[in-house]
Amino acid sequence: MSILGTRVLRTEDPKFLTTGGVYTEDVADDRLEGACHVFFVRSPLAHARISSIDVSAARQAPGVIGVYTGADLADLAPIPPSAAGLINTEMQQRLLAVDKARFVGEAVAAVVTEHPYQGEDATELVTVDYDPLPAVLGFDPADDSLLFEAAGTNVAGYWGDPSKLDAQLFDGCEVVVKQTIVNQRVAPAPMETRAAAAVWGDDGRLTTWIPNQGAQGTKADMAKLLGIDESLVRVITPDVGGAFGAKFGADPEHAVVAWIARRLGRPARWTETRYENLIAMTHGRAQQHTVTIGGSRDGNVQAYRLEIVQDAGAYPKIGAVLPMLTILMTSGPYDIPKAEAVAKVVVTNTTPIGAYRGAGRPEATAALERAIDLFAAEIGADPADVRRKNLLAPFTEPHRTAFGALYDSGDYVAALDKALTTAGYADLRSQQAQRRASGDVRQLGIGVASYVEITGMGDGEGTPPEENATVEVHPDGTATILTGTSPHGQGHATAWAMIASEELGIPVEKFTLKWGDTDLIPEGGGTGGSRSLQQGGAAVQQAARELLDVARLRAAAELEANAADLVFDKGRSAFNVAGDPDASVPLTQLAENERLLIRTVFSQPGATFPFGTHVAVVEVDTETGKTTLLRVITVDDAGTVLNPLLAEGQRHGGIGQGAAQAFLEEVVYDDAGNPLTASLADYPFVSATEVPSFELASMATPTSYNPLGAKGIGEAGSIGSTPAVQNAVVDAVAHLGVRHIDLPVTSRRVWQALQAVQPGSEQ
Amino acid sequence: MTHIEVTVNGEKRSAEVEPRLLLVHYLRDHLGLRAANVGCDTTSCGACTVLLDGKSVKSCTVLAVQASGHEVTTTEGLSADGELHPVQAAFRQHHGLQCGFCTPGMVMAAVGLLAEIPHPTEAQVREGLEGNLCRCTGYHNIVQAVLAAASEVTA
Repeated sequence: MSILGTRVLRTEDPKFLTTGGVYTEDVADDRLEGACHVFFVRSPLAHARISSIDVSAARQAPGVIGVYTGADLADLAPIPPSAAGLINTEMQQRLLAVDKARFVGEAVAAVVTEHPYQGEDATELVTVDYDPLPAVLGFDPADDSLLFEAAGTNVAGYWGDPSKLDAQLFDGCEVVVKQTIVNQRVAPAPMETRAAAAVWGDDGRLTTWIPNQGAQGTKADMAKLLGIDESLVRVITPDVGGAFGAKFGADPEHAVVAWIARRLGRPARWTETRYENLIAMTHGRAQQHTVTIGGSRDGNVQAYRLEIVQDAGAYPKIGAVLPMLTILMTSGPYDIPKAEAVAKVVVTNTTPIGAYRGAGRPEATAALERAIDLFAAEIGADPADVRRKNLLAPFTEPHRTAFGALYDSGDYVAALDKALTTAGYADLRSQQAQRRASGDVRQLGIGVASYVEITGMGDGEGTPPEENATVEVHPDGTATILTGTSPHGQGHATAWAMIASEELGIPVEKFTLKWGDTDLIPEGGGTGGSRSLQQGGAAVQQAARELLDVARLRAAAELEANAADLVFDKGRSAFNVAGDPDASVPLTQLAENERLLIRTVFSQPGATFPFGTHVAVVEVDTETGKTTLLRVITVDDAGTVLNPLLAEGQRHGGIGQGAAQAFLEEVVYDDAGNPLTASLADYPFVSATEVPSFELASMATPTSYNPLGAKGIGEAGSIGSTPAVQNAVVDAVAHLGVRHIDLPVTSRRVWQALQAVQPGSEQ
Repeated sequence: MTHIEVTVNGEKRSAEVEPRLLLVHYLRDHLGLRAANVGCDTTSCGACTVLLDGKSVKSCTVLAVQASGHEVTTTEGLSADGELHPVQAAFRQHHGLQCGFCTPGMVMAAVGLLAEIPHPTEAQVREGLEGNLCRCTGYHNIVQAVLAAASEVTA
């Protein structure tokens, strides 16, 4: 029986459950002996000119080894914006702020001490003289206060040309609905904050331990930030305590720690506090959407327009690129005859925006799924019926959308119907009707969201997505896999072992997986964009098969037989001559004379497009606005499932985060740009009491793009659940006249929406 | 400096420590027990949860000197002879952990919860773990694991 598709328990777990993972702060290594500790002084103002920095008192504090400011880092070039061709190149970031601070939390100086507690004390003694400037905030910032004077504007750039929008797009539509929607700023907040440990060898090479999602990309970033050749950087990836998109590459702080280690000639370490993490690690989302949807009164959607404003925060990083993905997925799973999208990217005096679970695609789905519900409400139709009417018909040959996305395979109506059946949709609607009829204080809301997303995309520059893997069988019967992916909770050690075990007949527990050390594995795409199994896993399978090809030739020589006459006996992990089980040689023996090792690169024709439907059921107290999430039912079709235990875990996590965005989490600033959610006591991080157990239905439409038939599953949960929960809350109070409530649909927002529609209420 | 004597995972330990030293830093930096993690600075996340005289506490909010004369248990000391404790085994069986950072604290909170309420309902498990945050699992499998561990302990 094949091990593929079975619920294999994680081989990683015993360590995590007993002695715990070895995260960057836990790394004990001789090279880090006697490390000093780095603490950052961060701007308390959103926008200010820095007129002077006095570090003399801090230098005298107990245990202080050094204090450094931007002036000391003059040898390091500023960081250019992402997407330099499209984004204003004047919008550059210094590793430590020079002249100006542009968001609360921007690093202004670094204090180095013998002991971490001393650094916390000494940072208080650095005196920075700030001249406050008006804070630039919101999706429509005026240009009277500029973040970057040289740029002359707070608009960083555009994706698409707003002047080329089609004035006739909605001609012929019987119904046109328009709505501005905020997809709010949220904090990735992985449980492990950012950290680094750095040491320079006598050979002039940097070795740095950084929690990251892809050591090779982190190495490239570190080399750029430090202005040195990539060959001089070695990145080692310890266990990583969650990332969610926010640990890709390297941040200014990582480079400053390495710079300090070089300057002092001794190892340096840094672990940020949660306060720092919530204001200085990139945030996610932060888009405003203006959706316009038009169609016929009988429910055919004929035209859709999405106008995006991306708040990139103070510096245009990955956030400035996210609208490209949002635009790509504009029309989602629907067959919409005419659709168009544009985006404007602005800079504001807030924490920079980066990738966060889904990164650009949840935003597209949230906008579209609200638009579909608004359209359904306008024509008085059931939102599920409107979806069914407009979803693309099932296809097995790739389907090209107007936005250039090539959907590999899909059956969107089947996913919708399966989700509705599992939820008991008709019954839920009749329960809702009863509560509405009786005027129940607690109303029932049912929300539906269908989605398709893009996973495992390449670099966007024509290179097909690919990943490498190395498989080696050792004489003692164990085996090692090297991968260019970078697990941080996904369970690659178990999953990759399952794939190789299936080919080689070596038990799963005999495999060791290695990743994230750039000297050992110089190339790799890391883990993000839900790419790992479809490319990294497929590479392991390919390597194992190629290893057997090599082993077969060696076995033929060993057995003095024709290679074509040999059969591989998985049960014994050995080749034998067909019909003669005694003429046999095991892989372990073949590995004795010469290393039995294969490195290979798997290349995928293109990205894959998982899809599904989520249904959320909520109860809303119409007197207080309090929302209780009762049920989430999902169908997430990500092709063939390798290990249901792991796939379900990915779905659960995504659903939890997506639901949290829907009704709880939001990063909030006051009018002066002060963050009001800078601790876990203030940021409403979802807890176990706020979500139910989730109901998952299975569906698997394989992709032909890789031999595993697998698409990505890491982000799907967070893509469908946000609009499903939002739609459910609006649905619960729709009969009272509420048309839309922005994210997050908190109790306060629901209560305000209800007050606004009540007769005689204050408007 | 203050003299402390603490029994950690059954072993008597003593040290001279700064009065402001947190228990979690005593465990991690002085004793090298690094399973408990620091995930926040407001006693919100629970990644540092350990047992103090059998009750779960957040070790970032206990001073090492307060633990003097008391017994501390961490995940390192929960299992014996290479066997996982029923709660640890249930977390593995039900995939109640992904990145693992919240896990030692979550496991100790669960052990503390089951000591108080041996047969909790799902709602009681969720309520009991409210002070322990997890970003990976959506809590689904953690709750399943704790419920399973409860029935395991009974059987």
